[in-house]
Amino acid sequence: MAFGTASVRTTCPYCGVGCGVVATPDGQGGLAIAGDPAHPANFGRLCSKGAALGETLGLSTRLLHPVVDGKQVDWATALDAVASRLTEVITTHGRESVAFYLSGQLLTEDYYVANKLAKGFLGTPHVDTNSRLCMASSVAGHRRSFGADVVPGCYADLDEADLIVLVGSNAAWCHPVLFQRIVAARRARGTRLIVVDPRRTATAEEADRHLAIAPGQDTVLFAHLLTQLADTDALDRAFIETHTTGFGETLARAREIAPSLAATATRTGLSEAEVSEFVGAWRDTDKVVTVYSQGVNQSAQGTDKVTSIVACHLATGRIGKPGTGPLSFTGQPNAMGGREVGGLANMLAAHMGFAPAEVDRVRRFWNAPHIVTGEGLKAVDLFDAVADGRIKALWVMGTNPAVSLPRADAVRTALQTLDLLLVSENVVSNDTLGAGAHVRLPAAAWSEKDGTVTNSERRISRQRAVLPRPGEAKPDWWILSGVAARLGYGAAFAYTSPAAIFREHAALSGFENDGARAFDISGLADLGDEEYDALAPIQWPVPRGQREGTVRLFGAGGFVTTDGRARFVPAAMPTLAAAVSPRYPLRLNTGRIRDQWHTMTRTGLSPRLGAHRPEPFVEVHPDDVARFGLSDGGFAKVETAHGEAVLRVVATEVVRSGEIFAPIHWTAETSSHGRVGPLVAGATDPYSGQPEAKATPATMTPVTMRRAGFALSRGPLSLPDGLWWSRIAVAGGFAWSLASDAPIEALVPAIRALFSDCECAELHDPARDVIRIAAFADARLAGAVFIGPAGQVPRWETLAPMVGEAFAPATRLALLSGRAPDGAAACGPLVCACFSVGRDAILAAVAAGATDTAAIGAAVMAGTNCGSCLPELKRLLAEVSRAAA
Amino acid sequence: MRERLVVVGNGMVGLRLVEEVTRRVPERFDITVIGAEPVPAYNRVLLSALLADEVTDEECRFRDRRWYLANRVRLITGARATGIDTAEREVRIGGHGVVPFDRLVLATGSEPIRLPAPGMDLPGVITFRDLADVALMREAARRGSPAVVIGGGLLGLEAAYGLARAGVAVTLVHLADRVMERQLDHGAARIVEAAMRERGIDIVLEAQTAAVEGRDQVEAVRLADGRRLPAGLVVVAVGVRPSVGLAVGAGLSVERGVVVDDRLATSAQRVHAIGECVSHRGTVYGLVEPGYAQAVVLARRLAGEDARYTGTLLATRLKVSGVPVFSAGDVTPPAGAEVITLSDAAAGRYARLVVAENRLVGAILVGETRHAGFFQDLITRRADVSGMRDALVFGPRAEATAVAFEPETEPAAEAVAEAA
Repeated sequence: MAFGTASVRTTCPYCGVGCGVVATPDGQGGLAIAGDPAHPANFGRLCSKGAALGETLGLSTRLLHPVVDGKQVDWATALDAVASRLTEVITTHGRESVAFYLSGQLLTEDYYVANKLAKGFLGTPHVDTNSRLCMASSVAGHRRSFGADVVPGCYADLDEADLIVLVGSNAAWCHPVLFQRIVAARRARGTRLIVVDPRRTATAEEADRHLAIAPGQDTVLFAHLLTQLADTDALDRAFIETHTTGFGETLARAREIAPSLAATATRTGLSEAEVSEFVGAWRDTDKVVTVYSQGVNQSAQGTDKVTSIVACHLATGRIGKPGTGPLSFTGQPNAMGGREVGGLANMLAAHMGFAPAEVDRVRRFWNAPHIVTGEGLKAVDLFDAVADGRIKALWVMGTNPAVSLPRADAVRTALQTLDLLLVSENVVSNDTLGAGAHVRLPAAAWSEKDGTVTNSERRISRQRAVLPRPGEAKPDWWILSGVAARLGYGAAFAYTSPAAIFREHAALSGFENDGARAFDISGLADLGDEEYDALAPIQWPVPRGQREGTVRLFGAGGFVTTDGRARFVPAAMPTLAAAVSPRYPLRLNTGRIRDQWHTMTRTGLSPRLGAHRPEPFVEVHPDDVARFGLSDGGFAKVETAHGEAVLRVVATEVVRSGEIFAPIHWTAETSSHGRVGPLVAGATDPYSGQPEAKATPATMTPVTMRRAGFALSRGPLSLPDGLWWSRIAVAGGFAWSLASDAPIEALVPAIRALFSDCECAELHDPARDVIRIAAFADARLAGAVFIGPAGQVPRWETLAPMVGEAFAPATRLALLSGRAPDGAAACGPLVCACFSVGRDAILAAVAAGATDTAAIGAAVMAGTNCGSCLPELKRLLAEVSRAAA
Repeated sequence: MRERLVVVGNGMVGLRLVEEVTRRVPERFDITVIGAEPVPAYNRVLLSALLADEVTDEECRFRDRRWYLANRVRLITGARATGIDTAEREVRIGGHGVVPFDRLVLATGSEPIRLPAPGMDLPGVITFRDLADVALMREAARRGSPAVVIGGGLLGLEAAYGLARAGVAVTLVHLADRVMERQLDHGAARIVEAAMRERGIDIVLEAQTAAVEGRDQVEAVRLADGRRLPAGLVVVAVGVRPSVGLAVGAGLSVERGVVVDDRLATSAQRVHAIGECVSHRGTVYGLVEPGYAQAVVLARRLAGEDARYTGTLLATRLKVSGVPVFSAGDVTPPAGAEVITLSDAAAGRYARLVVAENRLVGAILVGETRHAGFFQDLITRRADVSGMRDALVFGPRAEATAVAFEPETEPAAEAVAEAA
């Protein structure tokens, strides 16, 4: 494949919105990134993360060669090793001692080959994916309600709705492009927006109403809504009658869960007026879309939440019609594509499960020698099985379970016990590799991969390679096929291109499909290579003989159950999996922040994206700040029964009193004490197996960090134990935030050693616990460390732009004063990541007369691209006007 | 009748006293100056610069003989005072007889310490104290034979620097683990050593001289560890001691130096002492600056004022081998003191401050002495620095911001002049 400088239309690798991207090589290994105006997911818009994709392509962190037992080897050797070691494990411990842990980052074609190899040929059902942590509850809810893993509606419904309810979704930060679509719809048609979320997120701030619901009580709110729809005769009785079953039983259960307005208010923590207003708005608006995301999914009762929401839509027939319906916002770019191929432990393939007929059908289609006949272990159970020795060999592809799984420290420990840990990765190091991967396989990364992804509205889009693969990186499907061939399955894995895999996948979806499976893209099974390459975004199903997609489903029934009827599903009385206690009196909620993605292996490379929230933090209500003896801007040790982290305290009324929020992104690569996964209890939902990640009982104790500081470096630094640190990317390197409770004098030799290969200018003042080092290589500033009493250390932003600059010897010591050469102050904390606009610049624009976000945008560009900082701009405006009042 | 004022010693301090006295009370004294060297007082501090050809003979001179005549000062050169009779108020001068006095001032300075090692009397073994030594070193440079300088104090460094600049291959051997250990800590010393090495001077630290070897002329220096350093010239610069022989012979109270009080009076009536030969409040100063201060105080007293000398802050501000060095106050931090260091060894920059009880009590600057005056002033005034403690090492606050990143302009010539 030739790589030129022509623009390539591809898709963004981040969230499930699935935005189209136009990537244009700059001829030097980089890409200019723009939104694809023709892509129906985003019509040219990109969020801060997508817009910064060009900053994440550096090769310094890439895994470029296969590595076996710590030694670089060629591919043949690596694939031989994988095949022989897998064979050995299977011979010794049986087929089910092998497991795969896949990722919503994989392309559908990669996913398909992995699933096929495991479930048909290696003969292990233990194939699960990080989608289990993301949207498994929506999947389970949809399957229980509709009979299949189908999202009925589409993004266009957001444009046409009159009421949008966002439940457990901080779309303004996590799905910014869809959120801006909602904002645009509000402007165009006055769409009402209600946000149901325990936190007053940036999304909630934009809403007409924010219902700060008690954690885990969404089911109560929607059960109450169902009873009120019934009691005020707002039901679509014809739809219920014709297309559903189970309404009566579900309504009766709803009355038990929400027996009265007062009980509903009490359980949800909302006022009766808030509940009534919500019910009225929902009931009285025909065109209503209820969006749900991780706040619903990452719950031990997430499936009940989904079916309770779906029930209200079924009961009013508000489904599958323009401007209506339940709509799940997916976390990952290809969570849905992974499910289509069967990349979950409780699916076999192509939306088929483990009914004997289905197993037999897939076996015949694949000509599979070792077809599995039942469900495998879901993610949390799978890693428990690793820990207790049932799983001996694990192949992790494109994900970082040592960070992201609940009880992640235990997961990391468990990984170390494996006989065989295979990791297919882009990066040369992460916490999972660090757990002792025996084989490291360099996989192609986003800009090099070729295949398809499916977004949250069932839209299959091509992801196209735009840059050549560096080093010896290979597509995941190639790696898997190579192993399959060595295991003797070459004939079934003789793929030469993603197009060939896609055709097989599409053919399976239509194989003996008499309409019982909604997922049917057999209309695409005979695409030629060129047609595949040119495939325009298309929504499934695409049955045989059809080349057009399907925008909505179920508007006129036709559910994917044996009787074609949707199911009302009675919910259990919602209670959180673990109760708070005197020892752990708080609820720890976890989630994403605006400018980072997952474990930051990519977004962490972008200077722009690092600046918004540079350190791992915990949001704490001011009442709890006082109650736990913390201070705003200080540090807290956050502890649960499973683990602990030390995080910067942000006092804010965004969270309710009694609840705290910490982001999931920091790893052992990017922080010393910022891993939050280890704290999460992860009790799982009985249907979806998805772990509860947003309500772990926790406690906090203040951590006094009397010393603080920063480091700047071009590459990694081995910071000494005893320092708290976190790291972000800056132009040309990294900036490290440092803190220490203990005196740092004992660390001074180790700190000096950080730059032992450089010429160093140093300020050392042990009595004040001050050490400042500026390191020079070839007369240029190569790095720095500044540590001193907290609050008295110059800001790193002043020095960071000087890294890489040349300094005359006589001027070097002056750098240690930490003062800017021209007296220019740093621009303050970053607000707008798209245009790198800091808080100070925005305040200056306000001072110069900007009175709204549009004027700020006109003055300094902030907020004019993805819009995810608009809530923050509004907050700044409000602060200024409050201060002026 | 004028009082007879006799000054023994025609060094820099002796001359300064004479200048001050003749300026203040030109009619009061008949002054006689007795100098051992054959020439009038000259700038001893510039000897290494002279050797290095950085200054001329002319620039080292202070006052010519006409000046002495014009001011009615009798200058006896090439004459060594050999005794004092305090009762008779006479100074004996070898074969020249006696000089009676009403007031006697001892400004005999210091004499080099000689090592108690074999071979120190071989031709080619010299000290570095006067113009005669410079002449010998120049001669050695012409011969092109290598030189060994024994002693890494200020004097030794100056000698080595001067020799190196004169084109001699120089090895400096020093007993301590760093040069100028009395003025500099390790960090500062390393920078000075690096500057020396950059000028081609080989430095051997922690080296004890066992012997100087040679038959008719020095040929090598042998170290205690057996190493043998070939040398056609050996400069012994292991230190100086106060020249107190005269005072001891006269029965004056002498400790390390001639004991003087704040009036610079010795234990004998009408006998004063100033300069490097004195011990004042237990301190013997090895630098010219306190001597000058003493000269001024004594001159004022001789003029009838009630001036007192209470001591001088030990401050060294000069160029060591071309590297500006400033050292003031307590270099060894007292117990409980806080030490702040700012260093850039590769750039030849070093600063170390010692702060005790919120006061700056010591400072060392190497390579960059722009703020020497600022620090010296803080030490002298015993100023409370708690308000500027954390940025102190960067100098005066206003300047640190404005000038911090400016390329520096080094007032080289001025610094040399200030060395006196």
